[in-house]
Amino acid sequence: MKIVGRVWKFGDDISTDLIIPGKYKFKTIDFDELARHVMEGADPSFASKISKGDIIVAGKNFGCGSSREQAPIVIKHAGISVVVAKSFARIFYRNAFNIGLPLVESKDLPDFVNSGDVIEVALSEGKIYAKGRTFDFKPIPDFLMRILEDGGLVEHFKKRGRFVWEE
Amino acid sequence: MGMTLAEKIIYMKLGREPSPGEIVVLPIDAAMAHDGTAPLMIKSFNEMGASRVWDMEKAIFVIDHISPSSNEGTSALHKMMREFARKHGIKLYDVGEGICHQILPEKGYVFPGGVVVGADSHTCTHGAFAAFSTGIGSTDMAAVFASGKLWFKVPESIRINITGSFKGNVTSKDAILHAIGEIKADGATYKSVEFMGEAVKNMSMDSRMVMTNMAIEMGGKTGLIASDSTTRAFLEGRIKVPFREIAADNNAYYVDELEIEAGKLEPMLSCPHQVDNVRAVSELEGKPVDQVFIGSCTNGRLEDLRMVAKVLKGKSVKVRTIVMPASKEVLLSALREEIIEDLVRAGCAVGVPGCGPCVGGHHGVPSPGDVVISTTNRNFKGRMGCAEAEIYLASPLTAAYSALNGKFTVPEEVS
Ligand code: SF4
Repeated sequence: MKIVGRVWKFGDDISTDLIIPGKYKFKTIDFDELARHVMEGADPSFASKISKGDIIVAGKNFGCGSSREQAPIVIKHAGISVVVAKSFARIFYRNAFNIGLPLVESKDLPDFVNSGDVIEVALSEGKIYAKGRTFDFKPIPDFLMRILEDGGLVEHFKKRGRFVWEE
Repeated sequence: MGMTLAEKIIYMKLGREPSPGEIVVLPIDAAMAHDGTAPLMIKSFNEMGASRVWDMEKAIFVIDHISPSSNEGTSALHKMMREFARKHGIKLYDVGEGICHQILPEKGYVFPGGVVVGADSHTCTHGAFAAFSTGIGSTDMAAVFASGKLWFKVPESIRINITGSFKGNVTSKDAILHAIGEIKADGATYKSVEFMGEAVKNMSMDSRMVMTNMAIEMGGKTGLIASDSTTRAFLEGRIKVPFREIAADNNAYYVDELEIEAGKLEPMLSCPHQVDNVRAVSELEGKPVDQVFIGSCTNGRLEDLRMVAKVLKGKSVKVRTIVMPASKEVLLSALREEIIEDLVRAGCAVGVPGCGPCVGGHHGVPSPGDVVISTTNRNFKGRMGCAEAEIYLASPLTAAYSALNGKFTVPEEVS
C-alpha cells in the first residue's frame, strides 16, 4: 500500500476529546454527522479545510484518552488516509487497525514536515518519503496488516469466518 | 527470572511463561460495554454476522455515561442496547445502577487472576483486584462478544513503590497524581503499572481503585495490585470462583521504577489541560472556584463520600457542588450512614449514580471561563463539555475544603 497525500500537522497528546468531543459521540453513530466535527477540539475549521487522501502528522501520544472508537472512525470517514505520529495511545492503535485506518510510528518525520507538505507513505516497505529524505519505520505486524488489507476487523471476520489470531 | 503480576496472571491463563512483547490470545472472564461504546459494538457485531454472544454470564452492558438520558439521540442508543441485551440474554445494568467500573467488582465479575476487558479506557481499574484488566474499543469488543477471546501483547511492567504512610490530608488520589506528574502522560504506554509498598498494602479497596483507575493517564495498559486479605474481604460473598492471593515475584523484572515516600506527599492538583500537569494545592491556594464535582469511577465511592461529609457536616458550601455516588450500592450505604443528608443540608446537589458531568454530557456542564475542581481522572480541554472551562483534578478532601471556602484550599490534616 502506497499513500501520497498532503500533511496537516498537530502537536503532542492529541486526545480523543480533541478528535471528537464526547458531547457528540453519545448522541449518534451517524458518521457523516460526526465527521463534520473531526479534530474540532484542536482545530475548529479542520473538517472544512481537508480533502480526501490528506495525512495527519502529529507528535507523541496521539489518540490518548477514552476508548472511543469514533475517534479513528471520524478521521477515516473525513477522508484522512493515514496518521503518522511519534507515538500512539494503545487503545487508539488497536481501534484504528480494527476500523481500517493505517497508523505509522515515526520519531523523526513529524519534526521534519509542515502542514501543506506532500509526503509518500509506503506501508509495506516501511518507508516514508518526504522532501528528498527517506524515513524508515518499524513495519506493521503481519496480522494487523492482514486486518487492514481486509478493510478492518468486521470485513476480515466476514471474509474468513474467524479472527486472524485464532488461526 | 521471577514474574511481574501481569506476567503471572497471563501465565496462569496460558499454562506457560509468557515473555514481554509476545502476542498471546487469552480467554475472557468478563466483557463490558457501556452506552458510549456499546452502540458501535452492536453495529460491528451485527455487521460481522455474529449470531450469538459467546457466554451470556460474562457479557455485561451498563448504561452509565448519559444516564438517565438527556436527549432523544442518546435515548435511541440506550434502547438499542436494551434490545440487544434482551435478544441475547445478557445482563444490562440500567439507569441508576451506577458506573461500570464500580458495578463490575460489586457484582462479582472481577476476581484475582481473571482477565477483564471493557470498552472503556478506565477498565484498568479492576487491576486493584489482581485481575488483568484493560480497555479496548468497540470492534475489539464485538470480536470478544463473538468469540470470547482476544489478542494481547504481553506488556513490560513498571513498578511504583510507595513506602511509609500518608499525612492526614493526603489520599491515594494525591499519590497517583504525583506519580503521573513524574511518569508523564505517555510514560507507561503499552506497560503494566504495578503498585506496591507499605502504603498500598494499608489502603482500603476504595483507595486502591483510585490508583489503578488512573494508570491509563500515564498510558498504562493496566494498573495492578497484589490480592491480599483486604481484597478477600471485599470480594467474599460476591465472586463465584475461589479467591486467590496473587503477587509478583520478588525477583521480577521491571523496566522502570518509581519510589514514593508517602509521608513526603502533599495534596496535589492536576492543572488544565493535561493530567500530567501536576502541582501542589498550596501553589494555587486562594484561587476562586465556580464549580466542584465529587464523583466518578475515580472518587465516587463510599470512602470518598464519607471524607467529604466529615468536612461539610453542619456547614455550607460556598460554590455549586455536585455529588454523584458511583453506584446504587454506594448510594444506599451513604443513605444509611446519613452522609447524603449531611451533604444535601450543606448545599450539595446530589445526583443519580453514574458518570455525571465527568465526560461532559449532562448534569453539570461548566460555562466558559468556569474554574472547576473535580475528583475525576481527566481534565483534557473540553472534557466536561466546555472547551473554555478550566478543570483541576483533586482528591475529595481538597474538593470538599475548596467547596467550603469557594476557593482552592489545602485540606486540614485530619487523623
Ligand atoms: S466516571 Fe468518567 S472516567 Fe469513569 S467511566 Fe464514567 S465517564 Fe469514564
